[in-house]
Amino acid sequence: MPDLIRLEYRNVTMRFTQGASRLTAVEGVSIAVRDGEVVSLIGPSGCGKSTLLNIGSGLTAPSEGEAFVDGERVEGPNEHVAFMLQKDLLLPWRTVAENVMFGVEIQGVPAAERRRRAKSLLETLKLAEFSGHYPHQLSGGMRQRVALARTLAVDPTVLLLDEPFSAVDAQTRMVLQRELAQTLQRAGKTALLITHDLLEAVTLSDRVLVMSRRPGRIIDEIPIEIPGRDDPLKRRLHPKVAGYVNRLMERLDIGHLETTGAPV
Amino acid sequence: MNGSNHSLAIRGTTLSVALLIVFLTAWQWGPGLLRIPPFIIPPLSAVFNEAVRMWNVSGLAFHTGITAAEVLAGFILGSLLGASIGYLIGMSPTAEFALSPYILALQIAPKVAFAPLFILWMGFTIYPKILVAILIVFFPVMVNVLTAIRTVDPDLINLARAFKAKRAQIFWRIEFPASLPPLFAGLRIGSTLAVVGVVVGELVGGNAGLGYLLSFGEGQANTAMVFVAIVMLTLVGGLAYLLVILIELRVLHYLPKRAQMGF
Ligand SMILES: Nc1ncnc2c1ncn2[C@@H]1O[C@H](COP(=O)(O)OP(=O)(O)O)[C@@H](O)[C@H]1O
Ligand SMILES: [Mg+2]
Repeated sequence: MPDLIRLEYRNVTMRFTQGASRLTAVEGVSIAVRDGEVVSLIGPSGCGKSTLLNIGSGLTAPSEGEAFVDGERVEGPNEHVAFMLQKDLLLPWRTVAENVMFGVEIQGVPAAERRRRAKSLLETLKLAEFSGHYPHQLSGGMRQRVALARTLAVDPTVLLLDEPFSAVDAQTRMVLQRELAQTLQRAGKTALLITHDLLEAVTLSDRVLVMSRRPGRIIDEIPIEIPGRDDPLKRRLHPKVAGYVNRLMERLDIGHLETTGAPV
Repeated sequence: MNGSNHSLAIRGTTLSVALLIVFLTAWQWGPGLLRIPPFIIPPLSAVFNEAVRMWNVSGLAFHTGITAAEVLAGFILGSLLGASIGYLIGMSPTAEFALSPYILALQIAPKVAFAPLFILWMGFTIYPKILVAILIVFFPVMVNVLTAIRTVDPDLINLARAFKAKRAQIFWRIEFPASLPPLFAGLRIGSTLAVVGVVVGELVGGNAGLGYLLSFGEGQANTAMVFVAIVMLTLVGGLAYLLVILIELRVLHYLPKRAQMGF
């Protein structure tokens, strides 16, 4: 069922009140992500991308509109969604394997099944030999891979990824991007990927959504018509990439920002 | 694990031992050379002889035992109380808001000043001493736990919430383990403060414990006796501190070694 909608935002508006001041973070955002699709969301910082992620994962309720996951209205945290942030959020007192099992443990999955899932994920993400290590013994890239394993361990249908690789170095990032792309492809997961990296958005996704400055609205939607979504390293070399990146730069007003200085 | 660390440890230990020898030598012969009379600074050997005499005649072991027991009781009870209240207040922002001025006031008040009051209430027993120790140990432990609970990364809590964690699960799986390193930092401070609390209690009133020997020695102008009591108090405090460190090394075994040994 390729047209089944896994994640949907319907006319979502989010306002924050802080003391006397009211701030509209996102306004009238509608997004629909189909089964197995990977959609990137890019936009200037502070335009409400993380806010949308929090709404999708059920951590905050929108001021207006609603979010749906697997056809169900999001009323709070639920098993269909899992998120991963720029911060790995590993617990320092847990080993790698124990960290991977954190979510399934809370969800009450039986111990034997927890260990089975952790073991197989650690193997696919090339972390098996580190399963007994503590987070401080790992590099940033490895820690992020453990975080990905923890996210996948709860077997969500939808992954919400908030700048997952922006804190790792450029080379490790490319490796992690390929691993993510392959894992998403293999497991047929649906994902919404928030990123600042235009090339990452183009090479990893089926579609890129561009948001405006605050109050964030969707101002453009670019389908990426390059084959081989599971191999971003190869996709990166495709001649169409430059055109997409260029269009994103235009939509984000990047050349303009440089000449006039960044607006507030 | 690595060579430079290893040789650092050897050099450091050698230097420490050398300093100890210099110090003990200076204590033994320094006062004589500088013509400091023994009732001001008795030489090491005199203090040692006094210690042997006190052990045999004045019940030094008994008094040390009393003080150690008071320190242990005060430290354990004060830590338990401090940690429990710290967790309770940490979990309830309302309680924290309501209680914080009183906590601050009690924190500023010099706890040892309560010693005479407690002795008026409970007489010349061990209880007022333990109570002073409890009061003085309570605050660093409570404040450290409270701060730890309050500074847990909210994204970590959100992560657990996204997995549908219940309140108790968030506490036992995130907040409690995250609070342990600061808790142990508080316990280290508490273990040394417990000795202070007990000694002040014993100085103010009673006829047992190293604090009592301190004031007795002072009354007799027996400087060597005062030194012996000070040394024994330091040993009691050192043992309490060591106990905390040993437990900490086991509980916080997952921390990098360097972070652990910061004395
Ligand atoms: N809980 C909150 N309370 C008040 N303002 C918030 C809150 N969360 C986010 N904001 C504000 O909403 C705007 C969008 O934030 P965010 O979604 O984090 O942006 P982005 O992820 O796109 O950088 C920002 O101006 C931010 O300050
Ligand atoms: Mg953000």
